[in-house]
Amino acid sequence: MDLGLSEEQEMLKKSARDFLQRECPKKLVRQLDESDKGYSVELWRKMAELGWMGLVFPEKYGGSGRDFLDLAILLEEMGYNIVPGPFFSTVVLGGLTILAAGNEEQRMEFLPKIARGGVILSLALTEATAGYDAASVKTKAIARNGKYVIKGTKLFVLNANVADYILCVARTRRTKNPEDGITVFLVDARSPGLKCTLLKTLARDKQCEVIFDDVTVSEKSVVGKRDEGWPIVRDILEKAAVAKCAEMVGGAQAALDMAVNYAKERVQFGRPIGSFQAIQHYCADMAMDVGGSRFVTYKAAWKVSEGLPAAMDAAVAKAWVSEAYGRVALSAHQIFGAIGFTMDHDIHLYYRQAKAAEIIFGGADFHRAVVARELGL
Amino acid sequence: MDFKFSEREEAFRKEVEDFIDKELPADWVEKNIYWPAGYGTLAQFEELSPQVEQFTGRLAEKGWLTISWPKEYGGAGLSYIEQAIFHERMSYYRAPAGEIATRIGGPTIMLFGNEEMKKEWLPRIARGEVRFWLAYSEPNAGSDLSSIQTRAMEDGDDLVIDGQKIWGTAAHVSHYAWMIVRTDATAPPHKGISLVIVDNASPGVTIRPLMNICGFHSFNEVFFDNVRIPKKNVVGEMNKGWYYLMVALDFERLVIPIGGFRRTFEEIVQYAREPKHDGQVLSQQPLIRNKLADIAIQIEIAYMLFWQTAWMLDKGLVPNIEASLLKLFTTELSQKLANTGMQVMGHYGQLEGTSKWSSLQGRVCLGYLDCISALVGAGTSEIQRNIIAMRGLGLPPK
Repeated sequence: MDLGLSEEQEMLKKSARDFLQRECPKKLVRQLDESDKGYSVELWRKMAELGWMGLVFPEKYGGSGRDFLDLAILLEEMGYNIVPGPFFSTVVLGGLTILAAGNEEQRMEFLPKIARGGVILSLALTEATAGYDAASVKTKAIARNGKYVIKGTKLFVLNANVADYILCVARTRRTKNPEDGITVFLVDARSPGLKCTLLKTLARDKQCEVIFDDVTVSEKSVVGKRDEGWPIVRDILEKAAVAKCAEMVGGAQAALDMAVNYAKERVQFGRPIGSFQAIQHYCADMAMDVGGSRFVTYKAAWKVSEGLPAAMDAAVAKAWVSEAYGRVALSAHQIFGAIGFTMDHDIHLYYRQAKAAEIIFGGADFHRAVVARELGL
Repeated sequence: MDFKFSEREEAFRKEVEDFIDKELPADWVEKNIYWPAGYGTLAQFEELSPQVEQFTGRLAEKGWLTISWPKEYGGAGLSYIEQAIFHERMSYYRAPAGEIATRIGGPTIMLFGNEEMKKEWLPRIARGEVRFWLAYSEPNAGSDLSSIQTRAMEDGDDLVIDGQKIWGTAAHVSHYAWMIVRTDATAPPHKGISLVIVDNASPGVTIRPLMNICGFHSFNEVFFDNVRIPKKNVVGEMNKGWYYLMVALDFERLVIPIGGFRRTFEEIVQYAREPKHDGQVLSQQPLIRNKLADIAIQIEIAYMLFWQTAWMLDKGLVPNIEASLLKLFTTELSQKLANTGMQVMGHYGQLEGTSKWSSLQGRVCLGYLDCISALVGAGTSEIQRNIIAMRGLGLPPK
């Protein structure tokens, strides 16, 4: 058992931390949050140059051939800095799906482009019910003259407004088992009939409504096999949950660091507030939450890296970290008092991010139900 | 990063399982009502049974009371992870596996005792021949241990001790007190304390039992009236005892019966899965599933914190904060587990083990009481948070 990072991993972590502190200051974060686009072309280019997008793609697709655990380390640093932008949707939701389930042609077409930072992707799964189960997929894709016509409305689609391609999960056949008859399509975002509306969200993450109004796609756009798309979705949801946990761990660490630093400096009653027990105890609980979260996240990420079954570990991580990050962000607010309640202060950015991260890919109750099932209760 | 155990470690785990299978009575795990991380319901702290003595003897033969100790001191010379694997398995079966002398006293002597002390005590401890009890707290000194008043005055080659200790768990079934005394009343409180070993059989030692809320006689108040000990029983240097105590407390916080959490949880799950008197299956109810899943998740985290401390020790790192994190998390989990158990069992949770209609030997009922000690003993949750905050996060003391 080895619970430490390798030298290479330590380097990745440190260099990511330094880069983001320099290139993505909070001023830029706020600007991007306010904008519709939600990302900086300049920063995107620089991240691509560092090899971040292609970190886990095999070298033959222009990647660095590293593993999911390394990606988790990188995502933790991105969470620490709350970097806005379509990195997660492009690399995790788009890239990992194509890597795992795309055919060679699709991989050769998309992965090198993603690695170069030349394309933005997203995943359109959830609909009005906001469920992550197959039965919630009502968007239809009807086969017609060797093509498919997609009709339906997807909600909460990350970065669809800037995406070049959208992976759309649609139903191609209705059977007794809702997990049968689902197909994943790789849809050009400029397709006629595809309409994207930016939603206004708590975390200013660019979640969109995407209407597929008789959007026609070819056979070549099918990822994996027709009617057999649900296992692809299940697999990517699992990885996405763990990846999101990695971001959350980073964000929680940042909130803790900020709160502790403030508690050391802020003086009231003639002494630093960090010398009061109530504050110390909040911080201790936050440290416990961050530490525990990091472990369950990395255990799950390691399992994904090793190709071991990770359904239970992913659910454990997402259930725990979702609530832990929320607790930490709230405690941090408590420590900052009124100043933390101002727009100008940074802590609310983490508080918002914590809630968005909790919700996406299933919250604590959803994943506890998965744990219950995995336990055979 | 690697979360799996090596072949050697897995083989050792199997060896431990085989030993337990062979040497521990088959009904021990079910009959033993010890609540994980509680300090009030350990059977071997109440009274010694021939069964426990025999089992402990077998462990001592293999050097397994002190797995990570060097062989020269009677240990098995294995790694801290292997020691942790041993304790995980032992605690899963609620089996006795060494105690204060082997897990706190001995390791502290190894770090701070002189060669004479090491030679005199370590082999005997490893053989299971001596049992220590912790003589720290006094009626006016609990969390504020540096305010102890029990005095030890120098008299030639001896120290003479006068005072009183309280909450001495297992004092009545131990041979020696592992004790902090004030040897310099003029120095600042932290700098006038020494750590000493006192023979219970010394004239002047009076042990009075105290009954805990679980109905167990686990702890005592102990009076020291002109008790004489040789100076060679001072651990390390005189008046440096506070620093040794901090280390001894860290060792104490590593002693967590982690397997007991898993076992007790499995038993509660089993209870929830069996149809009840109206045919109802509790584990099918979403709210119960949710609570049980939450506990399962926290047990995973507890396990990771447990392995982390062992991994750190093997790397030569000191799990100073991590010991407090482990103790804090697991003891609070002990309380959450008891609460969840009570919620799952409903009315039946309040039935004591000997009552008609009781289930699970009444262990949840007892655990509901014992878990209170978990957040108080070995450093209260508040003290653990202070340590994490000040030592760990660098927050100022004033």
